[in-house]
Amino acid sequence: MADPLHQFQIQKVVELPAFEVAGIPVDLSITNSVLAMMFAVAAVIVFFSLSTARAGIIPGRGQVMAEGLFKLVDDLTESIIGHDGRAFFPFVFTLFLFVLSCNLIGMTTYFTATSQLAVTLTLALLTIGTVIVVGVLRNGLGFFKLFCPSGVPLPILPILIPIEIISFLMRPITLTLRLFGNMVGGHIVMKVFAGFIVSLASLGFLGYLGGFVSLFAVVALTALEFLVAYLQAFVFAVLTCVYLNDVVNLHDH
Amino acid sequence: MDLTAYKFIGAGLAMLGMIGAGVGLGILFGNFFQGAMRNPSAAKSQQTNLFIGMALTEALGILAFVIAIMILNG
Repeated sequence: MADPLHQFQIQKVVELPAFEVAGIPVDLSITNSVLAMMFAVAAVIVFFSLSTARAGIIPGRGQVMAEGLFKLVDDLTESIIGHDGRAFFPFVFTLFLFVLSCNLIGMTTYFTATSQLAVTLTLALLTIGTVIVVGVLRNGLGFFKLFCPSGVPLPILPILIPIEIISFLMRPITLTLRLFGNMVGGHIVMKVFAGFIVSLASLGFLGYLGGFVSLFAVVALTALEFLVAYLQAFVFAVLTCVYLNDVVNLHDH
Repeated sequence: MDLTAYKFIGAGLAMLGMIGAGVGLGILFGNFFQGAMRNPSAAKSQQTNLFIGMALTEALGILAFVIAIMILNG
């Protein structure tokens, strides 16, 4: 059977000369991961410019889709963060669209950029960096009250504060691994079941039956993966909102 | 047995962690629908919380999966 992990290998598409910055070698070659991300961003820009170019009171199909996505994230920031959520809407919306578009490009055409730990880790660090910066800017040193919930009896605090700190530090890690794991896992499962079809069909008549079962399984799994692709982008946006809410509305934490 | 065989066994054992995530997701969605059937009008507003719970539960299963991949390729 073909190696199901082969699809996640990074290959250079456009080779660029490596150079050194302060003794550190930098290679800015365009790999398939970078190319997929460029496609993803271009797809978002083209979709939104086309669908909102001739925006009317009676929306067309494209406009309904664009407005639906917009409203989804707008409601999300509004309902989770509250009144101040508007300020963070562009950030959350950008993250959501980028992850969604990367996932869908991975499902339909080329390469799943979100199956690379480097990509998901960057997104998670960006999110948690924003949370820390916003928290410190809005609350000053009161930001550290995040680790000390109000109304907790004093004897419990020595146990609770380390737990809160660890759970805060785990956030970028789980944010990274969730998206990465879902994408890698889903694509591996699809490849493995697709491999079953060929290897079972070579076994003869009973094998054909097994092959058909795996064929239907691949179709069903593909449908499931489209759901996961959307759901993971949504979950990423929701969790970004939740983490931002923790620091924006710190007083009633 | 050579090292590769142990690696495969270890990766398989690491995936047992997924059992917990499966049970957790079952309890989560089961209880959500139980509540949603009793009070359908309140279900819509709790959908975001459902997804947050799902994400947190699923993350633990994904950790097991990542460990399994690391054992297999490490």
